[in-house]
Amino acid sequence: MMRFMLLFSRQGKLRLQKWYLATSDKERKKMVRELMQVVLARKPKMCSFLEWRDLKVVYKRYASLYFCCAIEGQDNELITLELIHRYVELLDKYFGSVCELDIIFNFEKAYFILDEFLMGGDVQDTSKKSVLKAIEQADLLQEEKHFWTLPGLGSVKEGRAAAISQDAKAALPVPLIPGTRVARFKAKKKKKRKIPSSICYDNDNVFRISVSCANVFIVYLECKFD
Amino acid sequence: MVASSSSLKLQDLIQEIREAKTQAQEREVIQKECAHIRASFRDGDPLHRHRQLAKLLYVHMLGYPAHFGQMECLKLIASPRFTDKRVGYLGAMLLLDERQDAHLLITNSIKNDLSQGIQAVQGLALCTLSATGSAEMCRDLATEVEKLLLQPSAYVRKKAVLTAVHMIRKVPELSNIFLPPCAQLLHEHHHGVLLGTITLITELCERSPAALKHFRKMVPQLVHILRTLVTTGYSTEHSISGVSDPFLQVQILRLLRILGRNHEESSETMNDLLAQVATNTDTSRNAGNAVLFETVLTIMDIHSAAGLRVLAVNILGRFLLNSDRNIRYVALTSLLRLVQSDHSAVQRHRPTVVECLREPDDSLSRRALELSLALVNSSNVRAMTQELQGFLESCPPDLQADCASGILLAAERFAPTKRWHIDTTLRVLMTAGTHVRDDAVANLTQLIGGAQELHAYSVRRLYSALAEDISQQPLVQVAAWCIGEYGDLLLEGSCEETEPLQVEEEEVLALLERVLQSHMSLPATRGYALTALMKLSTRLHGDNKAAILEKIPLVERGGSQADEEAKESKETAQLSEAAPVPTEPQASELLDLLDLLDGPSGDAQHPPPLDPTPGGALIHLLNLPCAPPPPAPIPNLKVFEREGLQLNLSFVRPPGTPTLLLITVTATNTSGGDVTHFICQAAVPKSFQLQLQAPSGDTVPAQGGLPTTQLLRILNPKKAPLRLKLRLTYNHFGQSVQEIFEVNNLPVETWQ
Repeated sequence: MMRFMLLFSRQGKLRLQKWYLATSDKERKKMVRELMQVVLARKPKMCSFLEWRDLKVVYKRYASLYFCCAIEGQDNELITLELIHRYVELLDKYFGSVCELDIIFNFEKAYFILDEFLMGGDVQDTSKKSVLKAIEQADLLQEEKHFWTLPGLGSVKEGRAAAISQDAKAALPVPLIPGTRVARFKAKKKKKRKIPSSICYDNDNVFRISVSCANVFIVYLECKFD
Repeated sequence: MVASSSSLKLQDLIQEIREAKTQAQEREVIQKECAHIRASFRDGDPLHRHRQLAKLLYVHMLGYPAHFGQMECLKLIASPRFTDKRVGYLGAMLLLDERQDAHLLITNSIKNDLSQGIQAVQGLALCTLSATGSAEMCRDLATEVEKLLLQPSAYVRKKAVLTAVHMIRKVPELSNIFLPPCAQLLHEHHHGVLLGTITLITELCERSPAALKHFRKMVPQLVHILRTLVTTGYSTEHSISGVSDPFLQVQILRLLRILGRNHEESSETMNDLLAQVATNTDTSRNAGNAVLFETVLTIMDIHSAAGLRVLAVNILGRFLLNSDRNIRYVALTSLLRLVQSDHSAVQRHRPTVVECLREPDDSLSRRALELSLALVNSSNVRAMTQELQGFLESCPPDLQADCASGILLAAERFAPTKRWHIDTTLRVLMTAGTHVRDDAVANLTQLIGGAQELHAYSVRRLYSALAEDISQQPLVQVAAWCIGEYGDLLLEGSCEETEPLQVEEEEVLALLERVLQSHMSLPATRGYALTALMKLSTRLHGDNKAAILEKIPLVERGGSQADEEAKESKETAQLSEAAPVPTEPQASELLDLLDLLDGPSGDAQHPPPLDPTPGGALIHLLNLPCAPPPPAPIPNLKVFEREGLQLNLSFVRPPGTPTLLLITVTATNTSGGDVTHFICQAAVPKSFQLQLQAPSGDTVPAQGGLPTTQLLRILNPKKAPLRLKLRLTYNHFGQSVQEIFEVNNLPVETWQ
């Protein structure tokens, strides 16, 4: 398994640290400092693997960022290189031509993406498409307003509690905070865009969702209540 | 939007931190913001809590303390809002490790979220559990995770499987729960779930022999899965560079390795498949090579057919020629693991391995060195040593020690001739003398010593080497030793095995002198040179006082003697270091005494050399034993008595040295108690020169036991009247005694 992954700049600034083994904050700081020093001292013509403490370290530099993984003795270094590359591809697809600045200003997104790709130090999904889809859906959920999945009714934005029917209210898995608004709009012409599969609708209950994520689509559906 | 007017949004905070020009400025910005964050947490603003925590997580990454955010993580995780949960769980993974008390408190939230039915939320909970779940949490939540293994959503299943992997790692007993579902999970079509399942089975097998036995039954199924993967067409979704799902392939191969290890039947079942993968995998890109590499590791670890093993080693050999240095690295590492078990197969790639010594990358050349050393045998030792010597000359310093000792070891094991052995060792010492192990010197001297026919050859070669360079200490030491032992062979005649070398005695002595004086020479080296000189003095001049030669505790300065031995004594004159300091005749005598008394142990001093005056040469000094001198015409003088301790002086004026007086101080003890820590010091007037030899001992035994003697050498060039002051310190009858007195009634013959 992978023990940890670090992203850091040429100046030794840490941009991401994911630990898959319980270690104290103090110990982590020490290891990060030490490893950064070792990796930054490597010359460009050297290979991507080195031995450090009792672990193997696989690192690769992409523009101004070093991606650095510590793996165990029986792990395959070459496939770890593929793993690093896959992660970079995911970041690239998500941010659109990713650069270090994206990762600095959206560090939490970098973590979220990593958490859809790896878990506990192992790969959880080998399909780029699948991982990106999961991120999109999570981003959708992370809308500014509350967001629930209603069985059979698709996704609903929070709305005014008063406006929602008693049945619909009962069906909600979490209680509505009084005063929250449920979208209620007249039917408008549907925009022809890709509809994410977590949202479904049937003709009677149409829901409106607006999404503010960067490169993701905007879908307008309307909701109608009894 | 913002809790207080001066609290920043996350991205603004990041911007401001980046704009800080100094560390102090950055600290200021962060401390200010952290104060706001703390206030916000205290006020308990639920709407913006996630934003505040996000900011806190950012500064935490920069190295600043964030412990006050731990409880906020809990609150966020418990919130119904997805945004809150997302940041809360992230915070938990970054800030809460097993050691924190708050850690356990998230167990309940996780439990709730696992059963909530919203995939994304379940995903968050599982992810956090697998990243930071303590053993206790794993035990608590194992059944929840087990249920999720059967969830309709593949998204949840794939995460649940990997959470199970973590749980097994933390609490191996949980394999009772997670072993049964594996059989069904192996039928998965979803690559992610399948991959997780393989990982889970691997983990189970590694921890339990019973599990291992159980899963061996599934080898045919695994073989089938891998075969399908490899032979079905190109599926864009999971392929990398035309290789079908290399991550999954590698994982399956690894599991097969564990299952096939030490198991004939399983190994046989997978043989064909391994051959197929080994031959059909596209090797143009890293993804294919990763799979190939794993295949090779598996082949070498199980009971594979001989042909398959050779194929595997050959693949590694091809890897060695790959332009990608990462590939070369794994090849070298793997070949190193195989060099014992498959020696002849690896030997075939020796030339390529040796080429890798020239790698500019240290980690590669180090591996190449280890492998090269492992490949040395009696038939290739000459060629290999040649290559390794070349490497030694140009390799980085931290590899020199290993290379040097490796060559010496190989030479010891496989040396075809003694002369070759000596030559090789010599060359190593000349190239990397400072990096050889301590026993190299001893080994070489022993080697040379035992090769009688090569004494002449050795001493000549060593002499030439030494003449060129006296800085490499081990070389200098061996050379000095050799010259000392076989100096006669060096000076006489010629040796047919080396170039004609005419060496004069003076040259040899001059060289040894240079070694002695060089600031580069370690004390041990000086010792060797010294011993050599002394040996030469007997071997070259037939004086058989070897026993005395070894007894010197202190090295004394000596003067030169008659002309015939002038050359020899030129270097002997430098040998000794004492501290002769003339004394004031009167009041300051005590002080001067103390100055004088650096003598016995103060060889750290470097006083100016004595002018060679007519006096005893080194040999004569050495000739004089510490026993009482033969009876001299000058009468003895009793100078001191106290409580049974008596001090007697006896005098000798050696003929031929009119200014020299030798005094022997003899201490006897007729009392009932031993005199211990006995020290006698002396002082003379300024125009005299005094030297004290080390006493025979510092204990004067009771009841008239063996007396203690000490020799004083006094030079009196001006023939002035002799005055002598003595200072005694000792312990007697449990008391420490100090006595200072001037010796009266010195016979006039002592100085006239």
